[in-house]
Amino acid sequence: MEKENMLKNFVAGIKSVGKSIANGFSSFFSNFVKGDIITKISYFIMGFGCLARKQIVKGLLYLGVQIAYIYYMIQTGSYYIMMLTTLGTQSQGEVWDEELQIFKVVQGDNSMLLLLFGVISVCITIGFLMVYVMNTKTAYKNQCLLKEGKKLPSFKQDWKDLWDKNYHITVLALPIGMTFLFTVLPLIFMILMAFTNYDKNHQPPGNLFTWVGLENFQKVFGGNPMWGETFSRLFVWTIIWAIFATFLNYLFGMLLAILINRKGVKLKKMWRTIFIITIAIPQFVSLLLMSKLLHDQGALNNLLLDLGWISSYIPFLTNATYAKIVVIVINLWVGIPYSMLITSGILMNIPADLYEASHIDGANAVQQFFYITLPYMLHVTTPYMITQFVGNINNFNVIYLLTGGGPLSLDLYQAGSSDLLVTWLYKLTVNEQNYALASTIGILIFIICATLSLITYNKTSAVQEEDTFS
Amino acid sequence: MKNSKTKRTVANVVSHVFLTILSIIWLLPVVWLLMQSFRETPTGAFPKAIIPTTWTLSNYTRLFTETDLFNFPRWFMNTLVVAIASCILTTILTLLTAYAFSRLRFKARKPLMNVILILGMFPGFMSMIAVYHILKAIGLAQSLLSLVLVYSGGAAMGYYVAKGFFDTIPASIDEAAMLDGATKNQIFWQITMPLSKPIVIYTVLTSFISPWVDFIFVSVIMKDNYQNYTVALGLYQMLARENIDAYFTRFCAGAVLIAIPITLLFIKMQKYYVSGITAGGAKG
Repeated sequence: MEKENMLKNFVAGIKSVGKSIANGFSSFFSNFVKGDIITKISYFIMGFGCLARKQIVKGLLYLGVQIAYIYYMIQTGSYYIMMLTTLGTQSQGEVWDEELQIFKVVQGDNSMLLLLFGVISVCITIGFLMVYVMNTKTAYKNQCLLKEGKKLPSFKQDWKDLWDKNYHITVLALPIGMTFLFTVLPLIFMILMAFTNYDKNHQPPGNLFTWVGLENFQKVFGGNPMWGETFSRLFVWTIIWAIFATFLNYLFGMLLAILINRKGVKLKKMWRTIFIITIAIPQFVSLLLMSKLLHDQGALNNLLLDLGWISSYIPFLTNATYAKIVVIVINLWVGIPYSMLITSGILMNIPADLYEASHIDGANAVQQFFYITLPYMLHVTTPYMITQFVGNINNFNVIYLLTGGGPLSLDLYQAGSSDLLVTWLYKLTVNEQNYALASTIGILIFIICATLSLITYNKTSAVQEEDTFS
Repeated sequence: MKNSKTKRTVANVVSHVFLTILSIIWLLPVVWLLMQSFRETPTGAFPKAIIPTTWTLSNYTRLFTETDLFNFPRWFMNTLVVAIASCILTTILTLLTAYAFSRLRFKARKPLMNVILILGMFPGFMSMIAVYHILKAIGLAQSLLSLVLVYSGGAAMGYYVAKGFFDTIPASIDEAAMLDGATKNQIFWQITMPLSKPIVIYTVLTSFISPWVDFIFVSVIMKDNYQNYTVALGLYQMLARENIDAYFTRFCAGAVLIAIPITLLFIKMQKYYVSGITAGGAKG
């Protein structure tokens, strides 16, 4: 149960990280003081502590890192890190060329690229510093080993360790590298953007953008009435949506699973497969189709008109209230089979004697559901539900494909009535290119999700320690 | 006694009737999709009749013959290539990460898992634009390779399900092998992997499916490079306002063509799917 103790782990984690950083600093300096001349030199020339002690390959690797880093910094790195402070000063424009007697277009600074490469340079520097500290540690460790009269590990030994004792380094190198490149780096980049004024009027390469501090957050929380209004309305709707989408789907999915699991029901596998088909169909197909079906001139309205049940079409997706209800209902169609699939396996694990005992005590099916099934299921599936809840806050597909966030509202900034915060974020980046605001919203969504998960995980772990089911 | 028996029969009949009604509701859109894919086109996207009056196969054949505007065969091949490449890469990344977190013990284990948990709480496509610019900076933008990298780049963060599976393999097996002098590398390849067929299949299938159903990342990465679109984005484009009247039925035909294999794959792997989700959910 690692997730449940997340808060505790997290606090402990921060403490231990802080401690190890403090320890690292103190040992970094004390090692220098205690080190012999070779160790001291390797504080300036990386790998010297290995080279001078005949660990040639390792030493050359360290030295190579140092040379490559210095070369990189001289070539471009230092420029980008310096430019991080302003994100460019020279905007693109025309300059009078005296010799040719014409205006020449001069390429200005590209704030976006400066920010990107600045972040990359800072990351490279942090990486280099880590290797550097590792180098000093190795040098000092070598010194100690020799003093104790032990042999230094050969390169062959180090290599062997990578496949056994240090296997985690080998195994995680590629995944962590990829995650860093495609998740961490872009995230840092986007988080920083929330503190700039990168919007439609500040688009590189034509224009510069620059740091504005917390201005975007201040604007969202009241500084800009329209942004504030949009954020608060979409926030409320996002939470309402997430609650309905999570709990209704869960409840009905479980009831469906119970129905199929019933003793008397024949062809269990066939029923399950029918519902599973709807999960398997790509959402962009089924949901786009639904949106066409529910269109003002769509098949459903046509059918109802033909039958004479309605006299004019029902604005399923073009009336704000209807659209919200329709989205929740259609999401039942999407989500019930899913939770049916998840819960039916767990339902079968409930000890049968619980039901038998309660039957003898005279409990009926409804009572059994509320006193046995539901508590058991909630107990087992709480982590799943929290993931679902966070997933629904970020549920892009259903809203975007069904209503596209619509109907549009004039009170809202670049958003429609059924937009969630994430679909708003998407529209802000793709349609409006207001990256600054989009990143701000992204950070706020993160804060909402993180807080919710922390609170609920913490609560459930407290409950679970008291009563355990099995 | 007799009374309770009739009661049970009634309950059974009611449940079957109810299930039948629900099944019809759930299958109706699917059936409608199938019918539309066989409909003659001229009536546009919103036909008056629910059931098509004239039936034809031309929607399917034209998908493969009229390729000047919507090059379905090419998109299909693109998606296949991307799906195969990204499913290999994703599977490797996911299993390696899950194995490290489940079976190996090292100092950075807990902190790394916490970092991944936190990273996962940022909305996924917040960083999309930045990824595009990074890819552009290394000269890969709008290529199929970049798409493979985007689909599998975050794979390590989805290690939960596989870790849940590895956790169920008894640790004593590893210990016994270690006593026999096996290195951890040998244990991974020769003991853990052969025992983990279900989770390998699960990871391969889920990662194979995702390029077929995603239209967001591909639209950001490919922008206007029609030649490198995947089927999902291509089909999505068919429903744009200016195309929908002419292409709606062809969209349905294309959708049926993708949905059939995915549905079959999904039905095959539902067993792994459920055990994966529940194991991953309960064990973190």
